[in-house]
Amino acid sequence: MQGNQAIAEGALYAGARFYAGYPITPSSEIAEECSKRLPKLGGMFMQMEDEIASMAAIIGASLAGAKSFTATSGPGFSLMQENLGLAVMGEVPCVVIDVQRSGPSTGLATKPAQSDVMQLRWGRHGDQSVIALCPATVAECFALTVQAFNFAEKYRLPVILAPDEVVAHLRENVTIPEPGELEVIERKKPAGAPERYQPFAADSDGIAPLAAYGDRYVFHVSSSMHGADGYSNNSPANATWRVAQLHRKIEIHRDEIVRTKAFDAQDADVLLIAFGATTRASRAAALELRKRGVRAGVLQLITLWPFADKEVAVLGQKAKTVVVTEMNYSGQVAGEVRKVLGSGADLRRVNSFNGQIITPKDILKTIG
Amino acid sequence: MSHATGMKYLKGGVLPHMWCSGCGIGVMLGALLRSFEELGYEREDTVVVTGIGCTGKADDYLITNALHTTHGRALAYATGIKAFNPKLHVVVLMGDGDSVTIGGNHFLHAARRNMDLTAIIINNFNFGMTGGQFSGTTPGGMFTQTCVYGNPERGIDICALAEVAGANYVARATPYHVWEMKTNIKEALSRKGFSVVEVYSPCPTNFGRLNNMKSTPDMLHWLRDKGLPVEEYKRRKSPEKEGFFAVGTLVDRNEPDFNERYDRIRAIAQQC
Repeated sequence: MQGNQAIAEGALYAGARFYAGYPITPSSEIAEECSKRLPKLGGMFMQMEDEIASMAAIIGASLAGAKSFTATSGPGFSLMQENLGLAVMGEVPCVVIDVQRSGPSTGLATKPAQSDVMQLRWGRHGDQSVIALCPATVAECFALTVQAFNFAEKYRLPVILAPDEVVAHLRENVTIPEPGELEVIERKKPAGAPERYQPFAADSDGIAPLAAYGDRYVFHVSSSMHGADGYSNNSPANATWRVAQLHRKIEIHRDEIVRTKAFDAQDADVLLIAFGATTRASRAAALELRKRGVRAGVLQLITLWPFADKEVAVLGQKAKTVVVTEMNYSGQVAGEVRKVLGSGADLRRVNSFNGQIITPKDILKTIG
Repeated sequence: MSHATGMKYLKGGVLPHMWCSGCGIGVMLGALLRSFEELGYEREDTVVVTGIGCTGKADDYLITNALHTTHGRALAYATGIKAFNPKLHVVVLMGDGDSVTIGGNHFLHAARRNMDLTAIIINNFNFGMTGGQFSGTTPGGMFTQTCVYGNPERGIDICALAEVAGANYVARATPYHVWEMKTNIKEALSRKGFSVVEVYSPCPTNFGRLNNMKSTPDMLHWLRDKGLPVEEYKRRKSPEKEGFFAVGTLVDRNEPDFNERYDRIRAIAQQC
């Protein structure tokens, strides 16, 4: 099956029952699949007037108790930033699929890129943290979509899955797990007296229980700075607590969130760092290098944010040469790797930004 | 019979409210809460969705469920809530900026879908919260802080827009016609599908001051003198209508709402 289809399957497996979106290439197959499947399951598919409304609608549905999601690509993802900020501020679980395509602006609309890495992390105004994941195979499209919902529900925040167009349109064999085979997490619900419920009073795990509109727990959610009770609160002490809390709940669970995969990386003199489709080319290049007697390996970043700094440090400091392969001009991930390894490291970059994928040959040339 | 006060939905200790003297938002909120009470709404079953601006502050005074959203997007949030849980009473409070300026696209499509929402729009003909700039409803030639030589643009008629876009129920009210306002709000809440009550609202601070209506009574006199019952307004020919506006129920129809139509789609899908 196709990557986009696997994403839709993963969402349904995770229990998503509300989708709102606006058509855009190269993500439309996700909407098409949801429009066919959700009404059969008693769920709902809505095609909204734009991506701003799509993001708003999935937040509204989530607060009414749904596991909800949307899918888009570059220009649509830009439009979603405003309301993604509300999902962060209001701590609303939801999943956004951003199939990365070439830019800037309309760019090469149907061609792949990996140039939204920084937008995933910093695309919204106001300092904030999110979780972003990136699959390299169709099987990972399925599994990481389930994972995205699990993170969203567990940590009460928006999670972004950001496949590149290559992986989203790739076809591979996938075995869909039986129900119950993969863990599916549900959000923590309040217990106790409704009149004492505070929607932003975090437990010791950093997460506050979330009721649904229509439950016996009445609650307020706000885009404005608010206290534990959800009502406006502009005091500096409250803002200090709130903003720190939004970052801290990710920081304290960092090791549960950050995922990487290492291929022949333990003894690697040449470490290739990759994510999404470039993982595939990097693995092929590493195997070729091994044949030539070079100890090469690959570190695949599955979690783009929070950044896998510890994992990069462990393997990157052992390697003589580190090569970051990514489909963007600026080296968005390479910059993060440089921060981790410091200015003395032999850090090289392989970039493409013309809508063409990076091939093993491109990588081998750099190492030469 | 004692009259409903609506106090059971009001947060304790928050009065006096933050709106300027003479503003119509408090009058609207009073009429809304009395309507809730008369219709027997429970706090648990009611969600008030607000946008940004003076009207967007209303949720701070309420103890119903609430979602305070981003500027202009309140209807899109409310759409997600209502679509997923049709049992909820979902009421959207917006200003003229939220509803038909930055949020005009969402307004058109909420009406086109005939979402079962009640949108109450405080139209004070300017952006009050930011200090009084012209909005999508400021009439041509009038004055605000960003059109001190007169507004070069024309204002849009919210009720006419709601009607052509497909709303089931459309009414206009004013804080001068306060009893009728409550009647219209109650009707809007009771109707299936997209219901709009536009409330022409005095803003002596930012709008009246620059447009020869310096005091609250000046603005109320304008609403009193220029607001005509719908039948009277419709009876008048074009030149006699100039400067007047209709007050009361403008549209009342019973087209199926989005959730009802989606239920039919589900039934078909489940047969396939």
